[in-house]
Amino acid sequence: MRGGEAIIESLKNMGVKTIFGYPGGQTIPFYDMLYDADIDHILVRHEQCAAHAADGYARASGRVGVCLATSGPGATNLVTGIGTAFMDSSPIVAITGQVPTHLIGNDAFQEADIIGITMPIVKHSFQPKDPDLIPSMIKTSFEIASTGRPGPVLIDVPKEVQEGELTKFDDTLIETPGYNPTIKGNIRQVKKARDLIKEAKRPLILAGAGVIISNACCELKKLAKTINAPVMTSLLGKGAIDETDDLALGMLGMHGRKVSNDYINESDLLIAIGVRFSDRTTGRLDSFVPETKVIHIDIDPAEIGKNVDVDLPIVGDARNILSSLNKVLDGYNPSAEVNDWADMIKAKKIELRPRVSYDDVPLKPQTVIKEISEALSPESILTTDVGQNQMWAAHFFDTQKPRKFISSGGLGTMGFGFPAAIGAKIACPDDPVVSINGDGGFLMVCQELATVREYDLPVIAVVLENRTLGMVYQWQSLLYNERHSQTLLGNSPDFVKLAESFGVSAERITKPGETKDALAKAIKDNEPVLLDVVIDSEEALPMLPPGAGINEMIGEYKLEKDVI
Amino acid sequence: MTLKYHIISTLVEDKPGVLQKVAGMFNRRGFNIDSITVGNSEVEGLSRMVITVHADEKGLEQVMKQLNKLIDVIKIKDITKKAVKRELCLVKVNIPNAKARAEIMQYSNIFRAHILDVTEETLMVELTGDKEKINAFISLLEGYGIKRIARTGLTAMSRGV
Ligand SMILES: Cc1ncc(C[n+]2csc(CCOP(=O)(O)OP(=O)(O)O)c2C)c(N)n1
Ligand SMILES: [Mg+2]
Repeated sequence: MRGGEAIIESLKNMGVKTIFGYPGGQTIPFYDMLYDADIDHILVRHEQCAAHAADGYARASGRVGVCLATSGPGATNLVTGIGTAFMDSSPIVAITGQVPTHLIGNDAFQEADIIGITMPIVKHSFQPKDPDLIPSMIKTSFEIASTGRPGPVLIDVPKEVQEGELTKFDDTLIETPGYNPTIKGNIRQVKKARDLIKEAKRPLILAGAGVIISNACCELKKLAKTINAPVMTSLLGKGAIDETDDLALGMLGMHGRKVSNDYINESDLLIAIGVRFSDRTTGRLDSFVPETKVIHIDIDPAEIGKNVDVDLPIVGDARNILSSLNKVLDGYNPSAEVNDWADMIKAKKIELRPRVSYDDVPLKPQTVIKEISEALSPESILTTDVGQNQMWAAHFFDTQKPRKFISSGGLGTMGFGFPAAIGAKIACPDDPVVSINGDGGFLMVCQELATVREYDLPVIAVVLENRTLGMVYQWQSLLYNERHSQTLLGNSPDFVKLAESFGVSAERITKPGETKDALAKAIKDNEPVLLDVVIDSEEALPMLPPGAGINEMIGEYKLEKDVI
Repeated sequence: MTLKYHIISTLVEDKPGVLQKVAGMFNRRGFNIDSITVGNSEVEGLSRMVITVHADEKGLEQVMKQLNKLIDVIKIKDITKKAVKRELCLVKVNIPNAKARAEIMQYSNIFRAHILDVTEETLMVELTGDKEKINAFISLLEGYGIKRIARTGLTAMSRGV
């Protein structure tokens, strides 16, 4: 067995069925061995999209996603995708080819120190210098990527190592004495949490991606119901709780739901689970829950106290901790005060429901998102790109299940949504997959239309066409005297023709009702489709301006109840 | 926010790139490393790094936690309070005249420094001690004209068992 074959064998042993990649000079040996192997390879049209697709696969399935690129430019093209996965704790394994060991350091053709380049954005990396090391390194990479706080792992394989014969296939895990993630929460801390909960009169829960990653959504729901605490989420926490539930308030933060942003500071206890309190979630720190006790549950001790001061930390896996918390809360009944608070918040949720009903032309993005949610089943996966399109989706779409809302949160990577949808579709072939994109971001990755066509992947790309780099345009409108510097996209391209040139059918949508019908048809046809939805470029979500506190949103928050 | 001086002793895997990872992490998180020394430890395959850094309390906590997250880092300890600190310094100093030579040799004696190399015009002196001692010695020699200084940076170990 040669090194490349050992890579394939090891991946198969890890349960991998599909990898996303793009070949090149230093991976030709690997690709030659792949030719005969029974593992699927999706040839993306840009390596960045291989990483995003692996990431989308991982987020949709909870399993490790794998991407592959050649040395030098192939490897550097992965960097944005690796960084995106790192910021959002997504388990991917990125395999790169490298120039032969004897040429490393000589500035050989297509040599890049990809280990060095990615050091700050990977959880760990390996470079096997001997084919015998490959099985162990791959197995260990999967172990590191998927346990504790997940994240990307890079394996950089010199060309001659891909070609070299193994003397034995030994996939013993590499010893990593410096890696011991805490899983079980300290029971004394859990009991203290129970006591704080019992003392609280106005408890709230803030759920983040950690809840979804640790598959703790049932435990979260049980906790929320037991203690009758309303639940808000971070952007990446969407889906941790069914957002149509009375107790679910929706997203908190810079473009958060009004009910969440307005009432978080009224709470006397905040139970934060699997969140890292990003500045986009909290607003200015000194006016974020200034008088509220905070319990912070997270698997990464470095997140505790990093941004928000915490009264009670519990380090460990969210699911483990929530289930022991639920156990020690057995028999607990919330007081009348707690119930009054919950009732008040529930009533506010209804009162402050954002307006989504419009019959305007050009279309209001709110209405487009509303129609998308009407057309999709709770099983459907929605990925977003970055910008206004992302915030509209996050704000107006009620996500009902975990792993069904996929978005680049930490890095905010334009061009993420569409390739992530490709990965999600591979992970969940039976679930409809829709990506919501801006017209700017979609152009960064539109070449992947070739991929969805080639592999008949019925991914639906919705392009919200506002002819602007809307999010930046919005900031310029609100904060820079409407000086729209370099944010107007002009009138090219024709997205319908663009899609059709790839053999992907497309439709331009301009009126209310059309989005829903077109989506329903696309889902029924089970074909890749692009919907070019022309929207009102002047529409903007209320926001926290830089330096503002969480309850200091600017811009008019239009309410559904005001619709006559 | 008061910055304090801290000595962090870490046990790390003796592998390529580990120094880069550790140093890079400090830089990325906005901390300046004052000094870093690395060498073999008592365990084969593991190195000990001694890092000195200025940080406030919250910053130090964050740095320690981030260090801990590096998979190649096995153990870390803030040994500031109990540390025995040593640094080695080599100085090459001019000798303008015979009197100067005698004085420098005398100072070296007092500081328990060693003369390593002698030429007509220069002396090379080796001194071990904590930062203050070395600084004091260097400032004594400054008047003669220092040609070159090479310092190892601080290494340290906590007292007791
Ligand atoms: C790769 C990348 N480049 C730049 C940005 C900065 N940025 C954030 S949102 C945005 C505008 C996005 O425009 P578009 O894709 O049309 O989406 P819209 O906001 O109009 O919905 C830009 C340029 C980014 N997030 N990612
Ligand atoms: Mg746009």
